[in-house]
Amino acid sequence: MSIDASPANSPSNEFSGPMVRFDKVRKSYGSLVVLDNLDLEIARGEKVAIIGPSGSGKTTVLRMLMTLERIDRGVIFVDGEPLTSMNRNDELVPADAKHLRRMRGKIGMVFQHFNLFPHMSALKNCMEAPRTVLGLSKIEAEARGRELLSMVGLGDKLDHYPSQLSGGQQQRVAIARALAMRPKVMLFDEVTSALDPELVGEVLSVIRKLGADLDLTMLMVTHQMGFAKEFADRVCFFYGGRICEQGPPEKIFVAPENERTRQFLRACLEAT
Amino acid sequence: MAHRPLVVCAILAFTAGLVIASFAGFREFLPGLLEGALVTVEITLGGSVLAVICAFVAALSKMFGPWPIRGLAVVYIEIFRGTSALVQLFWLFFVLPRFGITLEPLTVAILALGLNVGAYGAEVVRGAVSAVSRGQWEATVALNMSRAQALRRIVLPQALVPMIPPWGNLFIELLKTTALVSLITISDLAFKAQEMNATTYRTVEIFSIVLVFYLAVAVLITVAMRSLERFAARGLARGPAQ
Repeated sequence: MSIDASPANSPSNEFSGPMVRFDKVRKSYGSLVVLDNLDLEIARGEKVAIIGPSGSGKTTVLRMLMTLERIDRGVIFVDGEPLTSMNRNDELVPADAKHLRRMRGKIGMVFQHFNLFPHMSALKNCMEAPRTVLGLSKIEAEARGRELLSMVGLGDKLDHYPSQLSGGQQQRVAIARALAMRPKVMLFDEVTSALDPELVGEVLSVIRKLGADLDLTMLMVTHQMGFAKEFADRVCFFYGGRICEQGPPEKIFVAPENERTRQFLRACLEAT
Repeated sequence: MAHRPLVVCAILAFTAGLVIASFAGFREFLPGLLEGALVTVEITLGGSVLAVICAFVAALSKMFGPWPIRGLAVVYIEIFRGTSALVQLFWLFFVLPRFGITLEPLTVAILALGLNVGAYGAEVVRGAVSAVSRGQWEATVALNMSRAQALRRIVLPQALVPMIPPWGNLFIELLKTTALVSLITISDLAFKAQEMNATTYRTVEIFSIVLVFYLAVAVLITVAMRSLERFAARGLARGPAQ
């Protein structure tokens, strides 16, 4: 490839800096500023929980990383390369489709509402993109799908359609589907918010397992404070489009410094 | 519920039988009418196939094409939806030859009706594709699928089922519009009916049979579309969470 978009001009597999870096990223809808000059670095293999009140820009962080939202200003680097722009003659220009698809290949996302393909069985959901995008053979894709579905505890539901599965099961299929693309970064966008309370546990334990077994960088927007506390290496509290406070969970949940963080955590506690 | 079209069909066939049996001397005009009916069916089938092709091409061009193609699609849809089918038929039949393009009457008929119904169909296709939830598109982006892959593998299969009933309407509309082609020298059912009427003066019998015939084909289309819908819906297990 003639254009190397990496700023350090090094192949991405040798890049050892942060896995994800937001550099003064700004996003607004009209006059509403959703993210205000966000700087955020996430190390390889780090598990970061993003918490905060609704409208604080949490979900936007993930959606921008997945290229589902345009970046107004600033640059997001993934694996050392700009996500939605590329270097051409020492100038950052908007990325072409090829660059975008290469970058997207590093990232997987699980959605609040699962977004499974309703016309495909659990196994077919997991095989579709590996076949069409990665070009895997049917046999390879099926083996991969079976393996991942049994990893999320659905080895016996391969031929079930989404409508035949519970919310928790659907979400686990969605996790397997995202993993089938072998991403380096996994994004979890309020993945338990649409679930009945008794189904939350099964999804969280799958995420816990991923954290333990796989070498993944994980970024999750969550309202499950208990889970964030136990699982995350770092917690970022968002407020008004900025990171108001961040640090290890022991600090954020036990001894938050910022008044807003304290208020938010108190409100969360009262709700449970 | 599911058998209602069949019951309707049976009743119609029985009524038609009664009508035919009770009018003596139908041998004079029935072969002629059947000949015309064949032409009508032929134009309906050809027009429908063309309409579906035009509709998908126009709708997808309008939704996803680069701007010149999008513009062409909009112009096509607006012209063929916004002008009378009869005038379109006349234009292709009487005006095109002035520019040195002379087509067979049957070709003109299929072309005009296919293009006309295709323009309406384009909006049916567009509506159904737009109705697929944004979450489905977002999932395809997250799985790194290209837009073409997303459309072909994920979005269109889901859009197909809800667009079947409106297509049934359009096909029936097309069937009825075929009566216009008698005005460009084609011996379709309507043309034959007039011809037979002029020679045999069996007005009541002829036009009653013609009426029943159009109705029977329309019911046939309804039944076919209903089974197609059932068949397609089976492949698309709709989840409550989508």
